[in-house]
Amino acid sequence: MSNSFLLLLGIATPLIAALFSYLTRYNNNLRDSFGIIGGIVTLIISLRVFHGIQSNEIFEITLFNLFEGVDFTFRVTPLGSIFSLVASSLWIMASIYTIGYMRGAGEKNQTRFVIFYSIAIHAALSIAWSGNLLVLFIFYEILTFSTFPLVGHKQNSESQSAGRLYLSILVGTSLIFFLPAIFWIWLETGTLNFQDGGILINKFPTEYLSFLIALLVFGIGKAAIMPIHRWLPAAMVAPTPVSALLHAVAVVKAGVFSFLVVIVYIVGPDYLLQTNSSDWLVWLACFTIMASSIIAITKDDLKARLAYSTISQLSYIILGAALASSLAIKGASFHIITHALGKITLFFCAGAIYVTAHIKKVSELKGLGFKLPLIFLAYTLGALSIIGVPPFIGSWSKFYLIMGSLEREFIFVAIILGVSSLLNIYYLLQPVVIGFTQTRKKEIKLIKSPLTVWPPVITGIGCLILFFYSDYFIHNVNRVIT
Amino acid sequence: MFDLFLDDAPALVVVLPLIASAIIAFMPSKIWPWIISMIVLVFHLALSLHLIEEVSISKIIIYEFGNWEPPWGISFKIDGVNSGLQILFSSFVLISTFYSRKIFLNEIEAEDTGKAYSLWLLAIGSLNGIILTNDIFNLFVFLEISALASISLISLGAGLNRKALLAAFNYLIIGAIGATFYVIGVGFAYAMTGTLNMNDLIIQLSQYSEGQLAIFAGMSFMLIGLMVKAAIFPLHIWLPAAYSYAPSAVSTLLAALATKTILYFFARLLFEVFTIYENYLIIFLDFILFPLSVIAIFIGTLIAIYQDDIKKLLAFSSIAQIGYITLAFSLRDHSGITSGFVHIFNHALIKGGLFMSVGYFAILYKDRVTLSSIKGFGYKYPITSFALLICGLSLIGLPLTNGFISKLYLFQALYINQMYIPIVLVAVSSALAVVYFWKIVEQMWFSDIKPKPEKEDPSIYFPIWIITISIILFGIYSSPIIEFSTLSADYLTQGLQK
Repeated sequence: MSNSFLLLLGIATPLIAALFSYLTRYNNNLRDSFGIIGGIVTLIISLRVFHGIQSNEIFEITLFNLFEGVDFTFRVTPLGSIFSLVASSLWIMASIYTIGYMRGAGEKNQTRFVIFYSIAIHAALSIAWSGNLLVLFIFYEILTFSTFPLVGHKQNSESQSAGRLYLSILVGTSLIFFLPAIFWIWLETGTLNFQDGGILINKFPTEYLSFLIALLVFGIGKAAIMPIHRWLPAAMVAPTPVSALLHAVAVVKAGVFSFLVVIVYIVGPDYLLQTNSSDWLVWLACFTIMASSIIAITKDDLKARLAYSTISQLSYIILGAALASSLAIKGASFHIITHALGKITLFFCAGAIYVTAHIKKVSELKGLGFKLPLIFLAYTLGALSIIGVPPFIGSWSKFYLIMGSLEREFIFVAIILGVSSLLNIYYLLQPVVIGFTQTRKKEIKLIKSPLTVWPPVITGIGCLILFFYSDYFIHNVNRVIT
Repeated sequence: MFDLFLDDAPALVVVLPLIASAIIAFMPSKIWPWIISMIVLVFHLALSLHLIEEVSISKIIIYEFGNWEPPWGISFKIDGVNSGLQILFSSFVLISTFYSRKIFLNEIEAEDTGKAYSLWLLAIGSLNGIILTNDIFNLFVFLEISALASISLISLGAGLNRKALLAAFNYLIIGAIGATFYVIGVGFAYAMTGTLNMNDLIIQLSQYSEGQLAIFAGMSFMLIGLMVKAAIFPLHIWLPAAYSYAPSAVSTLLAALATKTILYFFARLLFEVFTIYENYLIIFLDFILFPLSVIAIFIGTLIAIYQDDIKKLLAFSSIAQIGYITLAFSLRDHSGITSGFVHIFNHALIKGGLFMSVGYFAILYKDRVTLSSIKGFGYKYPITSFALLICGLSLIGLPLTNGFISKLYLFQALYINQMYIPIVLVAVSSALAVVYFWKIVEQMWFSDIKPKPEKEDPSIYFPIWIITISIILFGIYSSPIIEFSTLSADYLTQGLQK
């Protein structure tokens, strides 16, 4: 099978899965199985691509020309191979989890949900493998539009207004900032292709580079840097599988991935280091890390707390991109993997607790730890990984980021990273402490839902085991920046 | 014999619909008026294609009526500027006539359909005349014929809503004022130069290269008259009511083509005839048209957000979109004119597709289409709704649709002219377009009801989908539109470079 055909197949698989889900919409089990099958197929292809990139293979396909200098091209970059591996492997877990959650919570319109879920994965994969900035933008928009029905799934007034906020912020920022920035790059350089070392050097006026970076970071609203973060907590009204896969993995990671791609393959880290155009962004990212951590502490709703934690973690990646040193960018790339794995575990657990005990608030978790030991165990593993405790995989990316900030001699940034880890410990482990230490006066009825329990356990254990196999990823991470 | 026919092609594309219009007026109102219209318009398209082929060889065709040589006789001119528009016009009227049959049957009395097609062809013939004429007074005649035909067509909407009469009357009065302004301007020009032929006018005006008050007054009158007709802000007030109360098929024709043909002539007058008065042009374009366009883009978009009636929403969006076109023209250079023409093409398709889909909803719902009335239509009428969705995404200007190409070229033109603030404004307004368009989408797909699908009429959704597919096709393969627009700009900038 040729490499270019493989790419097309990988991108098409989620769409085919969506189509089959629609055709078999009257048979629930069959319908939901296509998510898992599609996930397995895309995972195999992503793994093949991942290994292919390790051995310097080229995965590229050009479908047609869009306008002068810009083709509709897919081409896998090392960074893209990382993102696609994360998205497709977690899609399998999420598909299994979705079955348990949607049935357990008795959600309506499950067919529509499954279909748009697959389309969103399709968009995320296409973003990962896009060959130039315009193709990336196209699928960025498709991702926004395809997740809108998922956010507004419940169709009550709360989810409707959340859906509007979601759409208006994401589409608005992309049309006002991101697209003009893309036009600007095209007008200055005549191309939008991703190239090692970037395309802007010697072509783009240095004095406007900071401004361009600002357009990009605020235009890629999915990266959720403050003040463009409001959509993420609002999107938490969606069913938990959406929050788990999309708002911990696909959507937000597509955001930071896009920004990282722009920095590495469009702007060029060397150009950034020469001009120091992104130093202001380092401070904004630090601010976002601290501010959202503090907000997270105040949230009693578990999903809202996790959402603010996500905002803070996303800014780690933006921070890494803004530092632009080799180690920092490697850390940021690695953080895409580690945070995805950790955060999806936490969201899975939050959803599992909701399905089994109908509890959303942290303060009501009293005594649940002993009743739901597996869920709380998985939660603890995920939380420890995000905090960055060895031997969990999250410690690697944090280590790289801290080294990267020291490499740039931003001592203060390293301190911020340390302090934020302390805050992480507080707000991520507090639910565990409440769950195991306090006792509940009134007994509550628990509904068993094994399909929601095992996925977080698997990903949680993954956080632990992959610490020892991090070499596997490091190889591609090292290739991101040469 | 057929060759003889082809020699007169420039006249026939205008005269054929006019003659057919007269014949249909005396026919009984059954299916025949529609059939004759279709036949005539198929010929019309064939003739247009023939003309384009001729122009691509000879570069310019001047057709003299009755063999009276210009500047004395009336002449038509086909060159690089209008050949692309002619093709667009011919194809679109054919598609919209195909579409119109069931719509007319549902919206107006059965005995009026003959009348409707008579007026329909009259409007088509005269609008085509606007594209081809090379004579400023002849243009006035076509303006008036097309206005009267459109007004009568709009008033046919009175069967559904009596407000159509008021809308038609408003259009009549305001349109007449516009036409009067234009003809006063023509009078001034004729008094000073003694000619009405545009090519001759260019030569005669060069005598007054210093400029004279009477000439400037004449030019201003003509331009303002055309601004009324083209609904350029703030002279647009006739447009929203006219578009929204007219029968749906009529709104389609008006929204897609009526203002576009006049915008074309507006550009032609500005950049071909008036170019020798550079200072006048700078004042008019930089200090009048440019700010008005920017305001139009914003006001049109903002008002559209607050509309409940969907046809009105689209009409106000049209005002904003016309603003994009005039903004591009006001840049006064090759890139700007290209971008203006690109958007004339693309917006004609987009708005045509949108009005067609909404028009179908109007006859399905049998009332004015408001936001609350289209609840669940996405499930009820999926084929048409999906076409509407694609047209709407193109209106916003997302990639892979032709609306994106428009935006790309507009950005490029603004960038070349270092108009950075307008770039920001255009970007913001395109984001605001999401707001009003998404209100429609939300009602169609994400409201509280979810009806079962119902049967849709293929004879209506077929033409809608032809337009929709062309929107995607021209978004991916944009070079035909780009080539025609570049050609138009090449011709029009010859005068500017002097």
